[in-house]
Amino acid sequence: MNTVLKIILQRLGLGLLTLLVVSIVIFLAVNALPGDFAQVILGQGATEQATAQIRRDLGLDQPLVMRYFAWLGGMATGDLGTSFAQLNFAQNMGGSGGVTVVEQIAPRFANTMFLAGVTAAIAVPVAVGLGILAALYRNTAFDKAANVATLSSISSPEFFMAYVLILFLAVLNPILPSLSNIYEGMPFGERLTRTLLPALTLTLVVVAHMMRMTRASIINLLASPYIEMARLKGIAPMRIIVRHALPNALAPIINVIALNLAYLITGVVVVEVVFVYPGIGQLFVDSVKIRDIPVVQACCLIFAAAYILLNLTADVMSILSNPRLRHPK
Amino acid sequence: MTLALVLLALLPLAWVFRFAGQRLTRRPYWRDMTFAVAYGYLLVAVLLAWLAWAYLQSMSADAEVANTYFFLRVAINLFIGFAIAAILFRLLGRAVGPAWSRKAFRQMPLTAAFGMLTIIVYVVVAIFAPLIAPYGQEQIIPGVAANILPGGDPALGGNPDFPLGTDQIGRDILSRLIYGAQNTVGIAFATTCLAFVLGGTLGILAATLGGWLDNLLSRAVDVLMAIPSLIFALLLMTIASVWAPRLGIPLTVFMVFIIAVIDSTRVYRLARAVAQNIVVMDYIEAAKLRGEGLRYLVFKEILPNATAPLLAEFGLRFCFVFLTIAALSFLGVGIQPPLADWGTMVRDLASFINFAAFAPLAASAPLLAAGAIALLTVAVNFLVDWMLHRSSGLKE
Repeated sequence: MNTVLKIILQRLGLGLLTLLVVSIVIFLAVNALPGDFAQVILGQGATEQATAQIRRDLGLDQPLVMRYFAWLGGMATGDLGTSFAQLNFAQNMGGSGGVTVVEQIAPRFANTMFLAGVTAAIAVPVAVGLGILAALYRNTAFDKAANVATLSSISSPEFFMAYVLILFLAVLNPILPSLSNIYEGMPFGERLTRTLLPALTLTLVVVAHMMRMTRASIINLLASPYIEMARLKGIAPMRIIVRHALPNALAPIINVIALNLAYLITGVVVVEVVFVYPGIGQLFVDSVKIRDIPVVQACCLIFAAAYILLNLTADVMSILSNPRLRHPK
Repeated sequence: MTLALVLLALLPLAWVFRFAGQRLTRRPYWRDMTFAVAYGYLLVAVLLAWLAWAYLQSMSADAEVANTYFFLRVAINLFIGFAIAAILFRLLGRAVGPAWSRKAFRQMPLTAAFGMLTIIVYVVVAIFAPLIAPYGQEQIIPGVAANILPGGDPALGGNPDFPLGTDQIGRDILSRLIYGAQNTVGIAFATTCLAFVLGGTLGILAATLGGWLDNLLSRAVDVLMAIPSLIFALLLMTIASVWAPRLGIPLTVFMVFIIAVIDSTRVYRLARAVAQNIVVMDYIEAAKLRGEGLRYLVFKEILPNATAPLLAEFGLRFCFVFLTIAALSFLGVGIQPPLADWGTMVRDLASFINFAAFAPLAASAPLLAAGAIALLTVAVNFLVDWMLHRSSGLKE
């Protein structure tokens, strides 16, 4: 057990290091902007005095390295900075409500996690179940139809899927609402119905890949001698797959599930925009459009962190589920 | 609710179905049939029956009912049409052409034939777009109203001169759709080529030379791959959108370079892995001992042996690049107007979809643009799937 702990700690350290380097990349990328934030905020009509004022307020007169560490320290302690757009807005209104990036991101982050959770809850059982069925009835008409269907859904853009679903499930047959305008304090059932359509879209995108990998990793194992043995003993095909093949195929399947959940992070951006779902992806795109740099920076780091974390989980899970990796020679 | 009832009702029916089969014939197929398979057969039968019923419904005189099933009918028609086109194309390929291509067509599954046909059609449309399109892509036709609905029926707000209608400032949607093939596909193709030149060169060099270059490049690629590609592209596009007007370079050029760099990391990974397997071969050792230079090694020894996986990767990479560009354009930061582009068109026309219940043709405009994207990526994937299957030697 000691070696496992060591490996996991190693991976965790590597993940943290990657995140650190990624944060440097993001920081440098943003600092490649011409001029500086102050000019970007004030736009064309910037006076010398106002620019200097904002520069001082945001600490832009400090050297680059100092700014990076200040930013990183803020990130680590949960202070993600001040949103430009909200700052302007708040100053004009004479108030100070909701100007920090955290206040903007936190509720939306929870919404996105809810959407991802609903998607995973639908997608994972469906994908594994269909993958097992496709492996069981391999090379039959069912398998071939599933192959064509999954290949098509992998390669369609998310917004195509989203609009087709809206067309059939919201416009032609009004079963589900096409806009997912959820808000705080909404009853859970209502919230779920409104989240269902974006979740279904994401499910369609993710299930195909997971199912293909489940099928492939099970079929890979079916040629091995111990499966042959089980077959010769006269065990039913379904039981062979579920009891004998599946436990050994678990590592690649878990890996693919984690990778696809990581993929969800990217898919979520487009889907949230289509359904006007108030999640972090929507906030990210809006901030990109109005060049609200602190929000873009923070969202980017959160996405990258989630991505790295899920990849890390995939790594650790596959080590845990594989005795050969658990006890390296 | 109805769905659950039907699924439940099928359970005993499946048992009856299998029992009848076992009684009527003595074939081992029926004897060994599991309950799940019998259930599956019945499920497919019910599904087909429902599709046939829906198809009939779509021709009903009651407009409301007909509209509800209109899109289903179009989907079925398209599916059958595509299948027939693919079969004809495969027959044509088997009959004419040199021996090797006839042989390839004989082994080709229908999906691959469909993929190839679709790609050919797209390429033709993209190249001859100015000849095919009735109007220019940026042309605002004088004397013609904006927002003419698709369908060409004056009673429903259409105009026979504009079969797909006009957009919010009065440009012909059909023409823009055709020009979209040129812009969207052309830009995606150029980006993929750039990504391949960049990633492929560096990957093969890293594998051949090894040492610090390999280490440096691989670590850099690891870092870039740790950021989700669409997110990274959006971040860089934000920065580019500030730079673009200052430098006087169109934003689209920035986008091509940004996506090419991001995607070249994936190409680098593959090219390096493939080349590393080749570099350890004996014939490379022999060439090195002969005193051949780096250029000879790369172009005469490594590249010819790495063509098949790189070609398949090119197809898949094209799909990813194409989808990324479409997504960026859909989000409003990709290909910039006035260039006609499918992603942007979907976003601009999306609200038409809400009219589907009473004017189905109006809702078809955004779906056509989104469908054009989906169709091409599906086609490329079908073709690449077959190529991979063939080159891996997996016949069954």
